[in-house]
Amino acid sequence: MAILEKRRLWLAALIAAAILFPLFVANGYYVHMMTISFIWMIAVYGLNLFAGYTGYLSLAHAGFFAIGAYALGILTVKAGWPFWLAFAAACLLTTLIGVFVGLVALRTKEHFFAIYTLCVGYIIYLIIDKWDSLTGGVRGFIGIPAPADIGPLSFQTPAAQYYLVLFFLLVVVWIMHRLVYSLTGRTYIAIRNSEELALTLGISTMKNKLASFVLSVFFTSLAGALYASFIRFLGPDIAYVSVMFDFLTYLLVGGIGTLAGPVVGTLLVTFLSQQLQFLQDYRMLIFGPVLTLLIIFYPHGIAGGIIRLKAKRGEARRLQLEARQASAELAAASRQERSERYAKEG
Amino acid sequence: MFLRVERLTKRFGGLLAVNDVTFSIEQGKINAIIGPNGAGKSTFFNLISGLHRPTSGTITFKGRDITRLPANERAKLGIARTFQTTHLFEQATVMDNVIIGHRLRTSSNLFDAILRTKRHRREEQACKEKAMEVLDFVGLTDVADRMVANLSQEQKKRAAFALALATDPELVLLDEPAAGINPDETEGLEELIVNMVQRGLTVCLIEHKMSMIMKIADRIMVLNYGEKIAEGTPEEVKNNEAVIQAYLGGSAIA
Amino acid sequence: MELFIQQLLNGLTVGSVYSLVALGLTLVYGILHIPNFAHGALYMMGGYVTLTAMTKLGMPYGLAIVASMAAVGLLGVLMERLVFYPLRNAPPLHDKIAAIGILLFLEAFAQFVWGADYQTMPTPYGDVVTVFGFTLTIQRILIIASAVIIMILLYLFLKKTFIGASIIAMAQNREGANLVGINTNKVAMLTFFLSGSLAALAASLASPINLVFPGMGHLVILKAFVIIILGGMGSIPGAIVGGYILGFSESLGATYVSNDYKDIIAFAILVIILTVKPNGLFAKEGR
Repeated sequence: MAILEKRRLWLAALIAAAILFPLFVANGYYVHMMTISFIWMIAVYGLNLFAGYTGYLSLAHAGFFAIGAYALGILTVKAGWPFWLAFAAACLLTTLIGVFVGLVALRTKEHFFAIYTLCVGYIIYLIIDKWDSLTGGVRGFIGIPAPADIGPLSFQTPAAQYYLVLFFLLVVVWIMHRLVYSLTGRTYIAIRNSEELALTLGISTMKNKLASFVLSVFFTSLAGALYASFIRFLGPDIAYVSVMFDFLTYLLVGGIGTLAGPVVGTLLVTFLSQQLQFLQDYRMLIFGPVLTLLIIFYPHGIAGGIIRLKAKRGEARRLQLEARQASAELAAASRQERSERYAKEG
Repeated sequence: MFLRVERLTKRFGGLLAVNDVTFSIEQGKINAIIGPNGAGKSTFFNLISGLHRPTSGTITFKGRDITRLPANERAKLGIARTFQTTHLFEQATVMDNVIIGHRLRTSSNLFDAILRTKRHRREEQACKEKAMEVLDFVGLTDVADRMVANLSQEQKKRAAFALALATDPELVLLDEPAAGINPDETEGLEELIVNMVQRGLTVCLIEHKMSMIMKIADRIMVLNYGEKIAEGTPEEVKNNEAVIQAYLGGSAIA
Repeated sequence: MELFIQQLLNGLTVGSVYSLVALGLTLVYGILHIPNFAHGALYMMGGYVTLTAMTKLGMPYGLAIVASMAAVGLLGVLMERLVFYPLRNAPPLHDKIAAIGILLFLEAFAQFVWGADYQTMPTPYGDVVTVFGFTLTIQRILIIASAVIIMILLYLFLKKTFIGASIIAMAQNREGANLVGINTNKVAMLTFFLSGSLAALAASLASPINLVFPGMGHLVILKAFVIIILGGMGSIPGAIVGGYILGFSESLGATYVSNDYKDIIAFAILVIILTVKPNGLFAKEGR
């Protein structure tokens, strides 16, 4: 219980820090960077739900991110829909596409799934790139409006947009938290652990994988729509493999299959990227090997590493305690034996 | 008839893994399947539990044809199984592993999980209670919140039993439960299996440890190259000429 | 009709390149069960090494290709030793992610060393000849001829030599191969060497027609994956036949359907195949 309390305190402090951040950091650039990081985090949570908790590597998620973003752009600019209606529709549409992709893709296993989703991602990229009349092709898509006011709430200032994105991030984290510690979350983890075992335990793996995949696509499309309304300019590049790679890097550095991983990883890597900005296009010279080395030598990431360390310590403490107890019992027994012997002899 | 397998055949490409096997699992008994390596025993289990589809033949369970039923539906009907390698999630506690065993008897979904509905709370409680119950039955209550990775091989096997039992099965298929376990511990597992049958369960197991089979099995089927070569009580099987041949002079049967 | 045959010849050229790339991919998959997402980067490196050997070191085209095949083959071996070997017992998620890491590293590396510009590769075989009334550059004939020769040599190597036979044996059963005394480490390294060399050869042959740039491997590798799913993961004849099927469909599709979307044809094929047969066209049922 004490651990839970402590955790809650930490969480409250973190949220408070996030809320106070724009008030204390006057530099608009940092607020901008933070907002972008939050958007990435939402997408990475999407990836984490499916890759981290359900065990399938989807390489189409950058594509879903782009569909969410472009759908918002097209619905607001070309179709002239009200912002929030377009926002909801963009997420819904992407999720629907996710259902269809999932229905086919999830029948395939492991490698086939990764290859299949890689190809789906590439198809999405090609379509965005080639369908000039709809997406603007390589020239890009401009003029996406900022989020519309909701009653008295206006999202015109960077700080207001920061809070809007933070709000969505917190909702996503909250959902993930509830999910992971539920029967449904445990079901996903069981599938990740061994699909055969899960099947023989009476779990419909297809149904559960599909639900997890669709929710994960929904998170990613949400991030995409937020990205479109925040950056307000889109190019086909956001559907590209390198975006997928960024998501993966954030997730792996932070810790795949952990709740804190996406936040930790995204913050750390975007911060490091800032420091390494002089590398620009060549940052992959560093991040490529970093990711590869990480997966070989430290596949659990930062959050995963800490969790393991804690578990190990807890286990060690328990063993120590048990050993102490056992030796105390042994001592007591031998004392008793001795006194009995004395009693007999005496 | 409890579980009946009729003329079951499984072909992998050109290889006949199970060839025209007819066999019944008798209710309330310990049924054993033995045979040399590569005899098709594991494939046979996979066919019964639904992980593989047979090439031909039928499987009926309590009068119902389940030949085309997927594995998860069979589990719901009451067929549970363990694997040679336990497949447990090593980085989680025993309790966390076993809780999921009762999931098939619950119905809460994604929304229940996110909204923490009454149904979810009730079912989560039910799963926990079930897990405690089966852990108590297999004798692992003490290590319930221990990490699986830190358990002994024998404890892992017991945890895998518990997981199978948490599904509320009528038939439990055990794939080499005593593999990798030392002789002392094997006795403990024998006792546990006998206990399961006394509780009204039906057991079917694959095992290489002949002493164990001869001691606890009520009935034995012998497979060789995917074909059934003998069937009967331990006594009958032990003296069967074909079986002795299959085990190269019979020295393996003690 | 003339256009049709011209397109068939095109398809034969493109298909030859695809087959060579797919062969390397399928060999590695057959042996190690790794979908090597970094294979496209090997292809790209092959193009650059050949180009550099020609322009900077003044090697003739043929010699540059041989040098490139050796260099990229070694790069493949390095990849196996440094990355895939340590990950051999890791969850399947890991080697895929590691491969993506290598891919992006090599691309950034190419961009760093050679720049992001599209470069042309000179070829001594740029002349046009007329065969049976069809005009054709010698380069295209060279592509088709060398691909066929290499495939025959590869086939002979795998079927007739001991070391080739051990590659086949290992593809069928890794533990079994280990038991009968095959040095699985050596075979794995050799397979990666072959795979890299084939990619380098394909890139060197195709580059005078296409161009050399850091992202040149992307589409090719994706298509190679489509091909080996089409032909059966790990199947050598499948990779060859699949490569030509895709080559023909693309060149015909570009003419009769749409040139803009010809690259989508491969993926459309894949989507259809996996929709109907989730485990690939020639799936062997697992045990």
